[in-house]
Amino acid sequence: MANLKPIGTPETREFDLEKDSLRELNQFLHSAAKSHCQIRVRNPNGAHSIACGLNSELDVTLCGHVGYYAAGMNKFATVTIEGNAGPGVAENMMSGRVHVKGFASTAAGASAHGGLLVIDGDASLRCGISLKGADIVVGGSVGSFSAFMAQAGRIVICGDAEDALGDSLYEAVIYVRGKVRSLGADARFEPMTEADRDIVKQLLASAGLAHEPAEFQRIASSKNLYHWHADANQEY
Amino acid sequence: MCGIVGLLIKKPNMRDQLGALMVPMLVGMTERGPSSAGLAVYSPPLEASSHKFSLYSGEHAMDWSDLLRRLSKNFDGIHEISPLGNQAVLISGVDPGSLVTWFADQREPIAVLSVGQSIALYKDVGTPAEIAERYQFKTLRGSHLVGHTRMATESAVTPAHAHPFTAGRDFCLVHNGSLSNPHLVRKKLEPLGIYFETDNDTEAACRFFEWRLREGDSLETAVQRGFSELDGFFTFLMGTDQELLIVRDAFACKPAVVAETDEYVAIASEFRSLAHLPDIAHANLFEPKPEEIYSWRI
Repeated sequence: MANLKPIGTPETREFDLEKDSLRELNQFLHSAAKSHCQIRVRNPNGAHSIACGLNSELDVTLCGHVGYYAAGMNKFATVTIEGNAGPGVAENMMSGRVHVKGFASTAAGASAHGGLLVIDGDASLRCGISLKGADIVVGGSVGSFSAFMAQAGRIVICGDAEDALGDSLYEAVIYVRGKVRSLGADARFEPMTEADRDIVKQLLASAGLAHEPAEFQRIASSKNLYHWHADANQEY
Repeated sequence: MCGIVGLLIKKPNMRDQLGALMVPMLVGMTERGPSSAGLAVYSPPLEASSHKFSLYSGEHAMDWSDLLRRLSKNFDGIHEISPLGNQAVLISGVDPGSLVTWFADQREPIAVLSVGQSIALYKDVGTPAEIAERYQFKTLRGSHLVGHTRMATESAVTPAHAHPFTAGRDFCLVHNGSLSNPHLVRKKLEPLGIYFETDNDTEAACRFFEWRLREGDSLETAVQRGFSELDGFFTFLMGTDQELLIVRDAFACKPAVVAETDEYVAIASEFRSLAHLPDIAHANLFEPKPEEIYSWRI
């Protein structure tokens, strides 16, 4: 989004959560901050709900580790977390970009509708659960039950996946470079097409990661759970 | 919801700071557990013939020196008591079984919170900051500790329901989560002569593991068995006189973060309880993986 910034030095503002209150920061981000403003937040020290509900093209850098729900419900903004993220980072993101430079705890990007979530390190269990259209790129590995019931969007996993990957998937697509311990119900490996390789290439480029798209496998729904089968005896 | 904290100091010359380093960790977990708090602290063991008894008298204004007089009349030997309001730590050479029976026979309500050669335990109803102040946690010294802040979800808010729970000697456990089969576990253990003090789910886990330790399992083996015996959500943090151990259930629903440096291992439900620790910027930070057992020896 750099080309959208006005010419000249953008407005910058610094907060220190050892001195400034979280409410002060979030209120500034919601109302006082102008679009394209750059905000640095020192000593986030694991506080919850930092930079939640942003609704303009801000550029927010959180200089440390953050707690639950950082950058949740993000719209338009770019949020960079220089440390690790607690549970539910970028949950329900609508647009914009959230970049975690460390690892992310459980349910990263849960039910996110749009935008891009990049996690340089590993993501814990339930990454991208109920994903609704956002893209997630994980530089490391993901925990069990990732992409559970994911409805739309793409998840690129550069490392491995634990158990039950893509359980009860809808239309979301997963690309994995490493080993998958097990697939969830109704998820299956599918051949990579040229279009898939282009998607992976573009998402890796957006995330700043250099891997060969040909090394990834595609996982999508086999759609057997889309319809009721009376003779399936509830065994899928 | 609850908060757990654990700290093991690797460098012996830092063990005087155990309590001071831990208080902000415990207070940092107030939002996760505002209703009660407690901790078990482990210090170098007493001589083989002596035991430490952590005693609690609740709202009763206890005259601990009078209790000591009566104790000395009944039992030979040297007994020392260190009172702190409604709690006291007694050191005595009397056989623990006889002494626990004697406490039960006294006119005042005396709960024995822990017995061992290394452990001392404090817990009560109140905010973590109040409990830390009440029992002067910042002055505690020792090799390691296990702490908890409680937000009750399945049984009453009383001092007895506060964590840590203990069973046997020098063993304690704190729990973030909820078990769905504590009554079945209890039904299995009671016929073996194992006595329960509360209806709390965590007590079932604590007594299960301690039973396995008495049967000869290592703590790691006991925890492995626990995966098939205990159903529900848990992050368990356990202490023995030698060891600090953390384990999360297969779904890792309850959080935990570990920070390890050359000087200490610190564990908390969330990073915000670790942020103040020395050299935290260079600590190895990680979240325990589901059903993987992590333990550190002193």
